[in-house]
Amino acid sequence: MRNPQSILEERKSRQRPETGGTAVIEVEDLVTHYGERKILKGVSMQVLENEIMVIMGGSGSGKSTLLRHLMALEEKTSGSMRILGKDIDQITRQEFLDVRKKLGVAFQSGALFSSMTVGENIMLPLYEHTDLDALTMEIMARMKLEVVELSGFEDLMPSELSGGMIKRAAFARAIVMDPKVLFCDEPSAGLDPVVASALDDLILDMRDAMGMSIVVVTHELDSAFKIADRITILDRGEILMIGTVEEVLASKSDRVQALLNRIPEEDTMDPDEYLSRLVGESNSGTAHL
Amino acid sequence: MAGQKITAVQKIEGIGKTAVAFVESVGNGGILVAESFYWLLFGVRERQPVRMGAVIQQMMEIGVAAIPIILMLTGTIGVMLAIQGIHTLRIFGAESRVTIGIAFSVVREFAPLITGILVAGRSGSALAARIGTMKINQEIDALKVMGINPTRFLVVPALVSMLVMVPALTLLGNFMGLFAAGLYVNADLGISLAAYAHDTIDILSLDDLGHGLGKSCIFAVLIAVIGVVNGAGVQGGAEGVGKATTRSVVQSISAIIVTDMLFAFVATR
Repeated sequence: MRNPQSILEERKSRQRPETGGTAVIEVEDLVTHYGERKILKGVSMQVLENEIMVIMGGSGSGKSTLLRHLMALEEKTSGSMRILGKDIDQITRQEFLDVRKKLGVAFQSGALFSSMTVGENIMLPLYEHTDLDALTMEIMARMKLEVVELSGFEDLMPSELSGGMIKRAAFARAIVMDPKVLFCDEPSAGLDPVVASALDDLILDMRDAMGMSIVVVTHELDSAFKIADRITILDRGEILMIGTVEEVLASKSDRVQALLNRIPEEDTMDPDEYLSRLVGESNSGTAHL
Repeated sequence: MAGQKITAVQKIEGIGKTAVAFVESVGNGGILVAESFYWLLFGVRERQPVRMGAVIQQMMEIGVAAIPIILMLTGTIGVMLAIQGIHTLRIFGAESRVTIGIAFSVVREFAPLITGILVAGRSGSALAARIGTMKINQEIDALKVMGINPTRFLVVPALVSMLVMVPALTLLGNFMGLFAAGLYVNADLGISLAAYAHDTIDILSLDDLGHGLGKSCIFAVLIAVIGVVNGAGVQGGAEGVGKATTRSVVQSISAIIVTDMLFAFVATR
C-alpha cells in the first residue's frame, strides 16, 4: 500500500461536495444464501445522498453479492432493504419499476448489447421509458457521450471499442436517465493505470456534476482511496468496518490492515465449504431470465 | 462393497437430480410461455409494450432468411416422395395414384416436420446462443436494472415471430413440396401439372392443412421455449454457451419429433 499520508494529501487536492443527509439505500441485517452456503451474514449499511460509497473486500468476501442485492437483482434470505425510501418487499410492481428507473449500473464487462451500436445502447432506456422523439433521444445520447468523452463514437458497435471505451460507454448508458444512484462493478478492473485513473476522475466528475450517489465495488486500493467518501469493508460475508478513508487508513484492525497491505490470510476455509465450492453450488446457473 | 454401495447411491442420486432438473426445465418453460403471453396481452397496460420493430427484425431472421433453404429442402422432399411413391405403387400397377400419398405426406407430415427441424437448427440454436451470451455478459442483469423486463424484451419478440413464421414457412414448404413432386410426376408419368394440381386440391381438405399448420404452431412454441430455457441456464462462459446451443438443438428436434407423433396419434383418433 502507498504511504497513507500521500493518499490523504492527494485527496485534499480535489474539493469534495457536502455529502450525507438522507439515506438513498438502507440495508438492515441482510442475510443471503447460495444453496446451503451463507454468503452475507447479517449486513447492515447505508448509502447517503450524494456520496461515493466504495465496497471493498477480498475474493469471496461477498462484495459482488452485496452489490447485486443493492441493485435488487437477488432474492435475499432475510433482512430488509429500502431503496430511495421504498421498502422493496412492500412495494407494488409499478413502484418497483419506478425505483429501477432511478438506478443506473455500469457492469464490470460493460454489458453493452452487442447487436446495437453505442448510440442505440445509450438510447435504449430512453426508448423504453420515455415518450421522447428520436431526435431528442439522439441529442441526449450525444450529450451523455460527451460527458464520458466519447463524442463521435455513437455509430460504432461495442466490438469496435477498447476496454476503457466500453466502460465509458457503459457509464453513458447508466446515466442517460439521470439516476439517483449509480452502481459500478469493478470499474478499473482489467485497465491500465492511466485509463483506470481517468475513469476514477470520471466517477468523481459525474458525482459532482449530477449530484448522484455512487456505489463502487472494487479491490483496487488506489482507486478506492481516490474516489471514496466512505468505505465499507467486507470480510467473509460480514462487515468489518464502515468509515471514511481517513478512518480506514487509521484502523488498528488486523484484518483491515491485512487487506490494505495485501497480506494473504491463512486458509481457514471449512472443508465442507471448500467441497461445496468445488462442486460449484451456486444459484447462478438457474434457467431464469 | 462399501464402495459399490456408494456408487449405487450416487447413481440413484444422479437419476434423481436429472429428473428434478428436467421437471424444473419444463416448469420454467411453462412459466416463460405464460409470462410471454402476459406481456403480449398486458404489456401496454404495464407501460412496457412489446416493440413491433423487434418482432419484425426477428421475423426477418427466423422467417425471411430461411426461405431459400426451406424451398430447397421441401422441394427435395417432394421429389423424394414422388420417386418412392411411384416406385412402391408400380408394384401394384397403381402409380397414377401417387398424388394421394404425396399430398397427404407433404401437407400433414413432411412440410411441418422439415420446417420445424430446420428452424430449430437455425433459429432455436441462435436464440439459445444469444440469450446465453447475454447472460454471461451480464446484459440480462443490465436490462433488469434498467427496468426492462427481459422476457418482454427478448423472449416475446422471438416467440411471436416463431408463431407467425414457422406456420408461414410450413405453408410455403407445402406449396414447394407439392410443386416439385408435381414436376417429377409430370416427367415420370406424363401426368400434366394441371391434372396433378386438380387431383391434389380434390384430395386435400382444410382439415389436412390445419393438421400441418397446427403442428407447426406447437413446434414454434417448443423451439422458442427450449432455446430460451437453455440460453438462460448457461454457466461457465463461452464453453457453456456452446453446450447450451447444442443441447437446445438436440432437445428441440427430439421434442418436435415426439410431439409430431403424439399430435398425429391424437388428431387421427
